[in-house]
Amino acid sequence: MNPTRTLLAAVLVGTALLLTGCEHPPMKHEQIGYRGTGMERIVNPRTVAENAPLHAAPEAAPAAPADGPKATLLYKNLQVLGDLNVAEFNRTMAAFTQWVAPNEGCTHCHNPANFADDSKYTKVVARRMIQMTREINGNWHDHVADTGVTCYTCHRGHNIPEKSWVAERETVTEGRMLGNNFGQNRAGMASVGNSSLPYDPYTPFLLKAHEIRVAGSTALPTGNKSSIKNAEATHGLMIHMSEALGVGCTWCHNTRAMAEWSQSTPQRVQAWHGIRMVRAINNDFIVPLTPITPPERLGAMGDIPKANCATCHQGANKPLMGAAMAKDYPALAGTARAPAPVAVARAGKN
Amino acid sequence: MAEYQNLFTQVQVEGPTYMGVELENPHDNGERIVPPFHLHLAGRLGNAQIGPIYLGFFGVAACVFFLIGFTSIGWNYLVQVNYSPIQFVRQLFWLSVDPPAPSWGLHLPPMNEGGWWLFAGFFITLSILLWWVRTYRRARALGMGTHVSWAFAGAIWLYLVLGLIRPVLLGRWSEAVPFGIFSHLDWTTAFSLRYGNLFYNPFHMLSIAFLYGSVLLFAMHAATILAVSRFGGEREIEQIVDRGTASERAALFWRWTMGFNATMESIHRWAWWFAVLTCVTGGIGILLTGTVVDNWYLWSVKHGVAPSYPELWGHVVDPAAGQSAPAVVPAAQ
Repeated sequence: MNPTRTLLAAVLVGTALLLTGCEHPPMKHEQIGYRGTGMERIVNPRTVAENAPLHAAPEAAPAAPADGPKATLLYKNLQVLGDLNVAEFNRTMAAFTQWVAPNEGCTHCHNPANFADDSKYTKVVARRMIQMTREINGNWHDHVADTGVTCYTCHRGHNIPEKSWVAERETVTEGRMLGNNFGQNRAGMASVGNSSLPYDPYTPFLLKAHEIRVAGSTALPTGNKSSIKNAEATHGLMIHMSEALGVGCTWCHNTRAMAEWSQSTPQRVQAWHGIRMVRAINNDFIVPLTPITPPERLGAMGDIPKANCATCHQGANKPLMGAAMAKDYPALAGTARAPAPVAVARAGKN
Repeated sequence: MAEYQNLFTQVQVEGPTYMGVELENPHDNGERIVPPFHLHLAGRLGNAQIGPIYLGFFGVAACVFFLIGFTSIGWNYLVQVNYSPIQFVRQLFWLSVDPPAPSWGLHLPPMNEGGWWLFAGFFITLSILLWWVRTYRRARALGMGTHVSWAFAGAIWLYLVLGLIRPVLLGRWSEAVPFGIFSHLDWTTAFSLRYGNLFYNPFHMLSIAFLYGSVLLFAMHAATILAVSRFGGEREIEQIVDRGTASERAALFWRWTMGFNATMESIHRWAWWFAVLTCVTGGIGILLTGTVVDNWYLWSVKHGVAPSYPELWGHVVDPAAGQSAPAVVPAAQ
């Protein structure tokens, strides 16, 4: 064969192979900002169609009659759901089971011999999660609006929400002469979209309250000491948010001036509250459950699986495409401010 | 039968092995080591003759120092993947040797806390500077001008601003660029995020203009010469002083099409200055960032460069405004 032809064939095959890594067009473009600013939403309609079942909210159970005896008359040890009547209580319990333990049923949380018994840690966790849901629906209106959240927003039929995070196993640098990767520069880290950015964007921002803003607020230097490394960490968090919501930077920002609020979209304000909400529920509700969580449920570093943006959003800019499930379940209606944490006693091991 | 084509050609011109011009200084004649040989593949791209080579003191020193820096980076990469050759290849573009954390300032950190970055950077910088000396001395030995050296110096200026001058001015090594493929790209993004969008930096604008200008000039010049090679146009140097029909045709082509033409000599000045100014202006832009200007977008608003757009969603207000927390608190490292 003519060597030129061989070369040409090799180039064509190589190009075709390289293109197999791309999503095939057409994409759907939508202008979401002022013309000329490049603020566009680009979605792949085929991916959207493929993921539609994940984002479909289940039908609400038929409403229970509003009257009837209080559940406390029939059941013992109702610390948070005692205000419901029996019918609503049972309806709610059935919904919880479908949302969180559809395969395991009641006994995922309850001791079959005595449903009032708190000996299973899952029951203690569930109670705390009900309080968390109420806290979110009641006090984080700035983020969840009137849509609210239910157990299903995160759980989607899984005991532990599929999208949660635990601390990364640290690269051992202690006592080593070389090879420190500074918690970044690792291939295949989904947390930061496979970039080389710091691959734990959660601990500093969604557990601790490190400063996210890095850009200066004045044209000339006036004491902003944020470093490039701070900017990389912030960038990692933004990649996480972008992946979790299935949106690009311009969903919230005008990218010519990332830091400027007056040029940002209202979604950025909602996201700002979302970051604080996730940080609050991680610290106030989830992390305190660590002592009662069995070791096999914990991460490699011994920490409990925690929430991030993907826990609820799972790739949609509005979880469950904005379906307002919470309004159908009075047990999850918001409380003005969560009561002092119920004592998280170490659950008895059966 | 093979025929000469001036875009892709299969004809390879191969002359007898030639040791190069005789120089006045006998020392410079004696420094040509490695007997020349011919390589067909090299001839497909350039000259088929490989060698003679000259390294000398500066060349050998530059090579040794480069290898020290290069090996120390590679060894760090290897440890990062626990000496797994498969992971080394898979993760190569992600692996990186990063500068020390901001808290180290300009102090010397332990080797594994950024010390390797300083170590590798020191030897590679030394190597680059020695290589510069070598280009200068070889050009002088051949009686040439030192244009190549000064163009190279333009690139070195940008390199030194990024890795040495600016970090020293800001008082912390952490500002410098890491040694890694993706990590240095992420550094670039983070740099722009931190300093309010580098595109609003006028020296960055100039650098881009010169970069794109270089590309344009390169394409125009190369196309012109190839187009008149059938008239002997590739003998550019002779045609500087003795214009032939190739030169006349090329010049008329450009006067016809855009009313003005560069000369056989001036086109090379254009190209040289555009290429050099790409790095020189780029270096100035980087040097001013953080030292003189902290937020290029706000700087541009102040000076009427950045346009304003209507607020499409009403006035979006910073939810933290009015809170007592200071606007910017550096995160703990």
